[in-house]
Amino acid sequence: MSNLPLLDRTIAEVGDLLRRREVSSRELTEGCLERIGRDGERLNTFLALGPDAALAAADVADRALSESDDRPLLGIPYALKDIFVTRALDHEGRPNGGLPTTAGSRILEGYRSPYASSAEERLEAAGAVLLGKTNCDEFAMGASNENSAFGPVRNPWDEALVPGGSSGGSAAAVAAGQAFFALGTDTGGSVRQPAGLTGTVGMKPTYGRISRYGMVAFASSLDQCGPFARSARDCAQVLGALAGHDPRDSTSVDTPVPDYAAQLSGEVKGMRLGVPREYFVAGMEPEVEERVRAGIGVLEGLGAKIVEVSLPSTDSGLATYYIIAPAEASANLARYDGVKYGLSAGADDGLENYFRTRGDGFGAEVKRRIMLGTYALSAGYYDAYYLKAQQVRTLIKAEFDQVLADVDAILAPTSPTVAFPIGAKVDDPLAMYLNDACTLPVNIAGLPGISVPCGLAEGKPVGLQIIGRAFDEGTVLRVADAYERAAGFSELRPPTARA
Amino acid sequence: MRTPPQRMAGTINGMISREEVEHVAALARLGLTGEEIDRMQTQLSRILEAIAQLRDVDTSQVGPTAQVIALENVMRDDVARPGLSRDAALANAPQREGSLLRVPTVLPEGR
Repeated sequence: MSNLPLLDRTIAEVGDLLRRREVSSRELTEGCLERIGRDGERLNTFLALGPDAALAAADVADRALSESDDRPLLGIPYALKDIFVTRALDHEGRPNGGLPTTAGSRILEGYRSPYASSAEERLEAAGAVLLGKTNCDEFAMGASNENSAFGPVRNPWDEALVPGGSSGGSAAAVAAGQAFFALGTDTGGSVRQPAGLTGTVGMKPTYGRISRYGMVAFASSLDQCGPFARSARDCAQVLGALAGHDPRDSTSVDTPVPDYAAQLSGEVKGMRLGVPREYFVAGMEPEVEERVRAGIGVLEGLGAKIVEVSLPSTDSGLATYYIIAPAEASANLARYDGVKYGLSAGADDGLENYFRTRGDGFGAEVKRRIMLGTYALSAGYYDAYYLKAQQVRTLIKAEFDQVLADVDAILAPTSPTVAFPIGAKVDDPLAMYLNDACTLPVNIAGLPGISVPCGLAEGKPVGLQIIGRAFDEGTVLRVADAYERAAGFSELRPPTARA
Repeated sequence: MRTPPQRMAGTINGMISREEVEHVAALARLGLTGEEIDRMQTQLSRILEAIAQLRDVDTSQVGPTAQVIALENVMRDDVARPGLSRDAALANAPQREGSLLRVPTVLPEGR
């Protein structure tokens, strides 16, 4: 049993306490709400809170627990990135007490969804307790959470630093003991990178593994929902609750969902783990490389065979991503037209209303990506940019497939740097984009990946990334879990949590 | 009311022109201030320059990948199901008239 404060323990630990009736879901929920009350405003983690609904859900969970209901997430307080719609209207279109959805954008300020996301529905069915919606980069576009229209999130390890992004609020909430798990979305690293920068565990499942229904769309061929938690085992439980086919998302794949927790044997002996040389490149902080190399050494010590591998097109990943993602975004964000919902400039002329609504409602990074995507798709440039990027995507995916035919999983850094100061990169989009250099190739190939803490560099968390074969989240989680048990970083918590 | 500027001869290399930025903003129905256009010109040029490295990748024998999972033409039975009520669907409308969305003038009189 851990000596950590209750609120900083894992789902597995507090779940045992819940099932033994040594603690109630109401106590956990009140505890999280107190932490949020104490640190939430300073860290700017939440955009909306539903304390009354959370406490009511906790009481329902406590009644089920008293009847020996043993679902793993029953009564566990959690948070949703404010990119998942939460039902906030009843059938007649009146507010039902549910939470608003902003996607971190002024253009959706005050939006109340008439329907629930698949993620909200499935976690409700699992008995988890929704606390609120977390801050994020506008439309999930960013690597620092500084692109939120509602202000940056602060890193609980050092409040002068960014928590990473775009799911920065979810990462910081889990790191700071404000929620036992949280959901994020990962289009180019937006779960794994903030997990790495906040010392949490964050997973991006295979594209198609979890329904995207009710996830505000950014880049539809890359977006995937994923959990933040404090252990690989906890991530396995959340993934198990979310995974599976949903007819409302035609890209969600109808393939069996294994019992992920049952695959966490702690054994990696005899496994082949690849280390791609292209992921240790110029621009990487030496201490980050040291921690990641040490992490690889831990797995070797457990009996895994470490193999150097090559993914030669890694260098093209960034350029490929920054054509495909903005192109898809420019199409997806066409829906914000000032007519159907959201902000409207109220101009008398139709075209003028589009220009002013979108000019007023979108922030700088979103405008940049809409421009980049529109440019790449526009007449005369389509072949040179978009088609070219799709061809390079084929190469990147083929290289991963080839390497993963020979090794069971790939080990890499999550990010080339530790968390950086708020404001350090806001004026340099390209420098900001480089934060995702190690994570975005995984989205391009649609593969599962996880970031687990592998120590501190100058007091700031470093993440080890584990990448697996499509739909083989089980192996990724197994390696992550074995690493955690051996490495001794599973109880790293920021000062805000320990206080 | 704005009309998209005439297409300028753009170039994949080097700086994109201010007119090109205005043209793309018009295509995207994005109202930008003069200052935003200036900044966009510099920033987009730098990003496009970085992206241009893809030209050096040999893709002569490679087909495009639009999505990575082996799914095609996912169909479902065409059966009626309960959906959103009209009131719920219209509840977020900036301007509404009864059961309709109210839109600004699209075709002004006399055109």
